[in-house]
Amino acid sequence: MTPLRTEPGTSPALAARDVEKTFRIPEERIHTLKERVLHPLRHVRYQTFPALEGVSFDVQRGEFFGIVGRNGSGKSTLLKCLAGIYGVNGGSIWVDGRLSTFIELGVGFNQDLAARDNVVLNGIMMGLSPREARARYDAVIDFAELREFETLKLKNYSSGMHVRLAFSVAIQVDADILLVDEVLAVGDAAFQQKCFDVFNRLRDEGRTIVFVTHDMGSLNRFCHRALLLEKGRPVMLGEPSDVADRYLEINFGRDAAASGSDGGADGGEQEGEARIVEAWVEDEHGKRASTVPQGRRITIKALVSFNVDVEHPVASLYVLNDDHVAVLVASSARDHERSGRFRAGQSALFSFSFENVLAPRRYSPLITLAHRGTGLDVMDRVDGSFSFLVTGPNAMGGLVDLEVRTSVLRSSASSKPAVRA
Amino acid sequence: MSVQAAQPEVLGRPIHGPRALTGDWRRFWHLSYNIARNEFKLKFFGSVLGYVWQVVRPLMLFGVLYLFFVVISHVGRGGNPGEKFYGVQLLGAVVLFGFFSEVTIGAVRCVVDRENLVRKIQFPRLVIPVSVTLLGLFNFALNLLVVFIFALISGVQPMLSWLELPLIVAVLGIFSLGLAMMLAALFVTLRDIQPIWEVATQVLFYMSPTIIPVEKVQERLGAHSIGTHIFMLNPLATVIQQFRHAMVNHATPSAAEALGGGYLQLLEPLGIVLGVFLLGFWIFNRAAPHVAENL
Repeated sequence: MTPLRTEPGTSPALAARDVEKTFRIPEERIHTLKERVLHPLRHVRYQTFPALEGVSFDVQRGEFFGIVGRNGSGKSTLLKCLAGIYGVNGGSIWVDGRLSTFIELGVGFNQDLAARDNVVLNGIMMGLSPREARARYDAVIDFAELREFETLKLKNYSSGMHVRLAFSVAIQVDADILLVDEVLAVGDAAFQQKCFDVFNRLRDEGRTIVFVTHDMGSLNRFCHRALLLEKGRPVMLGEPSDVADRYLEINFGRDAAASGSDGGADGGEQEGEARIVEAWVEDEHGKRASTVPQGRRITIKALVSFNVDVEHPVASLYVLNDDHVAVLVASSARDHERSGRFRAGQSALFSFSFENVLAPRRYSPLITLAHRGTGLDVMDRVDGSFSFLVTGPNAMGGLVDLEVRTSVLRSSASSKPAVRA
Repeated sequence: MSVQAAQPEVLGRPIHGPRALTGDWRRFWHLSYNIARNEFKLKFFGSVLGYVWQVVRPLMLFGVLYLFFVVISHVGRGGNPGEKFYGVQLLGAVVLFGFFSEVTIGAVRCVVDRENLVRKIQFPRLVIPVSVTLLGLFNFALNLLVVFIFALISGVQPMLSWLELPLIVAVLGIFSLGLAMMLAALFVTLRDIQPIWEVATQVLFYMSPTIIPVEKVQERLGAHSIGTHIFMLNPLATVIQQFRHAMVNHATPSAAEALGGGYLQLLEPLGIVLGVFLLGFWIFNRAAPHVAENL
């Protein structure tokens, strides 16, 4: 990753100082006049829920800044506060430059209007003038590859086309500072690749980007620095790889504690018998990577935590390319049919290591964790949550690039085999 | 409770939470206008007659009222000069009131129905009721065209007082926008507003000089009585009566005359309009920062 160039003495692009946000949730929601008339003296009691506390950070100009945390940790609330959609209860937020927010793609799209009206209106919402928005229409429609469908009403678009249009509008807005909430996990693989390219381009152009994500892969790939939130409090601010490690620790620690005592009281994710906490790719040096060169050894690892006692679990790996073809399938049962007995709260690390003969393109691994036996009694699976890119000089068009020896021998014309019927 | 920092940091532009209004007036206008324009395009999209429906609706109401009140009950056929062109007066009143009810009833749910925008984009919240009012104005313009065509066919002569039209529309528009802001903000926390306002609109229709001309009210209550004065204090009554007087027939009393005095009397209903507008703005402005959380 290119080191961040910051000129000393310049003010940060975005600064948060002790940001505090509390939601007031009325215990009994009084909505109707009758209730007010019947109970005029009853005071509405509020439960206060601190969503953010003491969050401070600076984002430097040109920095790609990640905000991570598990569900309910306050990262989306923080983004909405930064964007000015929610007011803060304490602290202050400062911004220096033109700000644009993508909380969700295609906000305000109207299903009954054609692409043009929607693109123009969305552009205006993002802060363009109508003239600018109209001028960019052609660029938007070309980027989205929807030229042949531009007269169609939006309700006749497929969901993928919808997303492509929305993303294209979003990136046409030339803000200095972009606030992005996990919008990358959309579209087909080819379009995702395009999105990644755009993000790389934005980063290289020196735009400031604040990026909220769950995906440690994209955190490592893009971000210069990251902030980890847990229960509305900042836990760690630093290098993406360190933050990613800490994130896993917190995630994992919580699971062990939750299954021991009050079993999923937070009501967030439904816990099964076991959970694949995290899966990632490591290169030959054992470092996490999202880009791996061809011809070296790579390892795909899955960290699993068990919520009940499990005997001899089996993990299976399917490496899918961007045409969704399973190029490689492997199972831990081949070498370790009796993988052992795991108690509730324990964890296991499954590794799949192989010589990387995959053709240079993008792959997304699918990992399943199953009970012993057929491998179909699945306890958990991770699917498309991370991907890796294989780089290499050989792009011959095959699925894999095995070492193929070729030879050319000159043969004399007379030795033509004579085949007789 | 918080201790002030010794030297407050200034790091660029502070981000405040959402407001009813933010500084950039051009963006405010572009947003309001384009939202209203798209809604207008959509309204009759896919229907065979399209915009014609917008015109047909008040005409139908007018037709029914005309049949029952004028043809059957002989309202407006007393033969006094104020009742000349009664049909045009009735249509004009129906169209004016139609604008008012469309904007205010439409405004009740407008913020709640645009939850998606409110929760995901930072923009001046006032855009929403303003765009509802603008949409009403577009439809109103179409309908006014019909009123004028109908007036000319009926034999109303163009008058210099037609120049008062922008003023009449402005007063009605400000009054409607004031109520729109108020209703939209109140509905977020008090859902009874919707049925209440629908009934209130009906009452207002009959309490304004739409069907019953103001002369009938004067006849019954006395031309300079306090009752007539109160009847005319309703800004809708003022607007509709002035429309009848200035646009259709000078023989029917102007709003000032009906109020029972000179032009200064007009300040009373205009004061109510201004008061409603300011109150509406105040309520909306107060609710705007929390609207995204309270939805």
